[in-house]
Amino acid sequence: MYRTPRLFLFAAPLAAVPGRAVAAGMPQLNFHDPLLIGQVVWGAVIFGGFYLALSRFALPRVERVLTNRRTRIQSDLDVARKAKAEADRASAELLSARHEAAEQARAHVERIQSEARASADAHAAETAKRLEAEIANAETRITQSREQALSSLSEIATSTTQDLVARLIGTQDEQTVASAVKRVSA
Amino acid sequence: MTGEASVAAGSTIDALGQFELHPVLGHLGEALRFSQSPLFMLIAVAIVLVFLYVGMRPAAVVPGRLQAAAEISYDFVHDLAVSTIGENGATFFPFVFAIFFFILAGNYLGLLPFAFTYTSHIAVTFGLAIMVFVISILASIRFQGVGFLKHFLPAGTPVWLAPLLVPIELISFLSRPVSLSIRLFANMVAGHVLLEVFAGFTIMLAGLGAFGHVLAIAPIAINIALTALELLVGVLQAYVFAILTCIYLREAVAH
Repeated sequence: MYRTPRLFLFAAPLAAVPGRAVAAGMPQLNFHDPLLIGQVVWGAVIFGGFYLALSRFALPRVERVLTNRRTRIQSDLDVARKAKAEADRASAELLSARHEAAEQARAHVERIQSEARASADAHAAETAKRLEAEIANAETRITQSREQALSSLSEIATSTTQDLVARLIGTQDEQTVASAVKRVSA
Repeated sequence: MTGEASVAAGSTIDALGQFELHPVLGHLGEALRFSQSPLFMLIAVAIVLVFLYVGMRPAAVVPGRLQAAAEISYDFVHDLAVSTIGENGATFFPFVFAIFFFILAGNYLGLLPFAFTYTSHIAVTFGLAIMVFVISILASIRFQGVGFLKHFLPAGTPVWLAPLLVPIELISFLSRPVSLSIRLFANMVAGHVLLEVFAGFTIMLAGLGAFGHVLAIAPIAINIALTALELLVGVLQAYVFAILTCIYLREAVAH
């Protein structure tokens, strides 16, 4: 009975060390501390303010920058695409214009060639006609000359004969000579 | 890591002293219940907001480094929210962003010497988790009406299983804020206790003379490695908290 309290007294500090450690330990579980509940209330206020600042100002600002960049890149791409389409169209136009010009030139050349051919043909035909006409003319003239020559032949023969007869016999009978010549030449 | 100063001068290591709350600003802080925990919340929030403000101030089409960082953080959380929650993700995106960066900034701020880690307080993490829980319930009612209660009996379950399944589903539903808050709290506490313990070893070994001075290098090396680990844990826990928030919200908005 006497020893027991002393043993307790001896053991008391030993028991108290872990006991105090538990009581003092884990300040997070000391719910009697007004600061512990205070930090939750303050935390709620601060977190609420944080959330509002983020959702109202900070994050929309980031969002705006990102959206700006997206739209800018998109519009730049659109501009580039449009420029490319325009360039393509211009190049196609150029090609078609060149093609058309070549076609036109070819048609032109062909037309000129055919015109030249036609005019040459016409010229040739005209020349031929003129020549033919000249030939015909000449032929007519030749015929006329011949006929003329032929018609004057009897006259010449008659006069020559008269002259000859007159020289030979000294007399002349125009009538007889003419009939004689006519008889011979007939 | 504030506790380094409070390591008992003797042989014991007071690993939990770093989590104690002290009023700041003297009597005013005491009256307003304003401890270093809300002070560091303010600092964390201010850092995030200043980061976004200064980063986005050039509003350049071709971003600089800080703007690129701000945009990456935006895109990262935005993709997380939209890809997990679905088409309504954009509605909850600022909330998920706030959660992620509130926790991330708290975790990283706590790694600085003499700083306080508010995410190491179960009251704070449980408050965040309850907020997520309540918002997901409100979103359920908003998007599905009272019909969201039918999720407690998965489709196609025989009716006679209902008395068994409904309580299980209900318990798993109600345990969400508990697991969410304890995961973050326990990770932060464990990391900071380890840092404190090894820092305490260094001080204790340093007290052993020249031989101790050499040996004291070992806990310092471990603490460097632990700091690297804590950098990973800090972002990982913030990510886990944010993605679980997204998953709960997806369940809330899914029809």
